[in-house]
Amino acid sequence: MESLEVKNLTHHFGFTEILQNINFTLKKGEVLSVVGPSGGGKTTLLHLCAGLLDVEEGSIQNSFKSTAFAFQEGRLLPWKNVIDNIAVGLLAKGEKKDKALKKSQKIALKFGLEEEDFEKYPKDLSGGMKQRVNFARALVTKPSLLFLDEPFSALDIGLKKELYAHLLDSCKENEMSILFITHDLMEAIRLSDKVLLLKADPGHIVKTFEYDTPNDKREENFIYEQSAKILQDKEIIDTFELNTLELT
Amino acid sequence: MKFLFKILKDFPAYLWSGWGAMASTLLFIAFWDLGNQVYGNLVLPSPLETFKTLYTMLQDKDVWEQIDITLYRASVGFGLSMLFGSILGLIAGFFATASMMSRPIVTILVGMPPIAWIVLAMIWFGMGDETVIFTVVVASFPIVFVGALQGTRTLDGDLKEMAESFDFPWHMKFFDVYFPHIFSYIFPAWVSGLGMAWKIVIMAELLATSDGMGAELAIARSQLDTPTALALVTIMITSLMFIEYIILEPIKREVELWRA
Ligand SMILES: Nc1ncnc2c1ncn2[C@@H]1O[C@H](COP(=O)(O)OP(=O)(O)OP(=O)(O)O)[C@@H](O)[C@H]1O
Ligand SMILES: [Mg+2]
Repeated sequence: MESLEVKNLTHHFGFTEILQNINFTLKKGEVLSVVGPSGGGKTTLLHLCAGLLDVEEGSIQNSFKSTAFAFQEGRLLPWKNVIDNIAVGLLAKGEKKDKALKKSQKIALKFGLEEEDFEKYPKDLSGGMKQRVNFARALVTKPSLLFLDEPFSALDIGLKKELYAHLLDSCKENEMSILFITHDLMEAIRLSDKVLLLKADPGHIVKTFEYDTPNDKREENFIYEQSAKILQDKEIIDTFELNTLELT
Repeated sequence: MKFLFKILKDFPAYLWSGWGAMASTLLFIAFWDLGNQVYGNLVLPSPLETFKTLYTMLQDKDVWEQIDITLYRASVGFGLSMLFGSILGLIAGFFATASMMSRPIVTILVGMPPIAWIVLAMIWFGMGDETVIFTVVVASFPIVFVGALQGTRTLDGDLKEMAESFDFPWHMKFFDVYFPHIFSYIFPAWVSGLGMAWKIVIMAELLATSDGMGAELAIARSQLDTPTALALVTIMITSLMFIEYIILEPIKREVELWRA
């Protein structure tokens, strides 16, 4: 069984402790999200899990066959157009060029990009378009584990909905596991089996929320109810410092 | 191949954009003619006289031979600089120690006046091809070297990480991630290196050889033959303009379409 196991993970940048004693397991087919305040170390945690940063203390065991990463800031190749950018992941896996381009075009359309955008260079794309290209580049490779760093943050609600559905589809189709970061609690509740709450300074997990209803069967009502509930949670109020707002 | 085709396809539009350049050239010639009317034929021959001299010169096989000699020296010198400047610059860029070590050397090479190199080269190599080629290399090598070094040093770490996360094979890392970035630095460096080579070759020939266009220029000077001198200058400038605007600039445009 493929899985990602994080045990007693602690990480420093220089002398500041960014992450402290993180433990969790991500099993095959599971969707796990990490929520927490900005600057709390979420991206760092994801980079460590993906092997982009070296583990200093603790251990990370990743037995998933293939992984792909959608970055928070796009990281598109400025000298390649939309389709070529999406195709790089496939090409790196050894896919034939024309096949890779076909698949890329298909997913680009699904991601709400239009044919007239296909030839554009990243400099001529909007922020949300870059984000979609970045996301599509990762998803099109059909990894068994997908890392997503705030993949929906710059999208409008219509697009978000479409992409949620699309993501859940391909999740089911390929038995894909997802580890993703978001600032949107509702989004976390909608998509994930488990939500990790990461508190800052230094980043540590204070609570795990679990949702048993399969994520493709969640009604809007369920999501609203759970969101309302989670916003009353003491740890959530504490972590996001929601109470100070009311006092002032 | 697709690339070459695109360059050719966009070429007419590029030429069309050259009207402005044409207008300013004609304006320059008009001022030149004005200068001739003010200062007289000996100091500044008229454009017409210069072009006539140029025309008769270009009928002369000997003049073409001189041009050939100069071209040969410039291209060997520039070719060497381009080759070694690029390779050594890349190496220096990839290794932090090498780039630190190379800095003072580059400063010396850039800071030393070419005329001093010519004097040294004349002592070391005597009067001939080697002296000229050596000076050209010494002058244009550091330009190319610095370009390659800068290109390599400024590679985007985030993109490297992205390439890593997708397990790019080495050839994709090189051609899709490193090369386009480095090339956008190295290519302009080649262009300025070439300009430098062309200037230095004339200067070195004027001082250190008895053939080539620089030497012709020296002869024209000693005979106070201003029309010939100006005709020679015209050849030098037009050939440089041809290389720069007709060959290099269109390539640069296509290569850098992605730039903001
Ligand atoms: N390469 C680095 N070197 C030094 N410090 C870093 C580095 N990367 C991140 N940090 C620091 O680590 C902390 C956590 O950063 P991280 O990017 O993981 O936050 P985040 O939770 O993803 O925030 P956001 O939600 O705003 O994206 C920040 O204080 C940041 O300054
Ligand atoms: Mg982040």
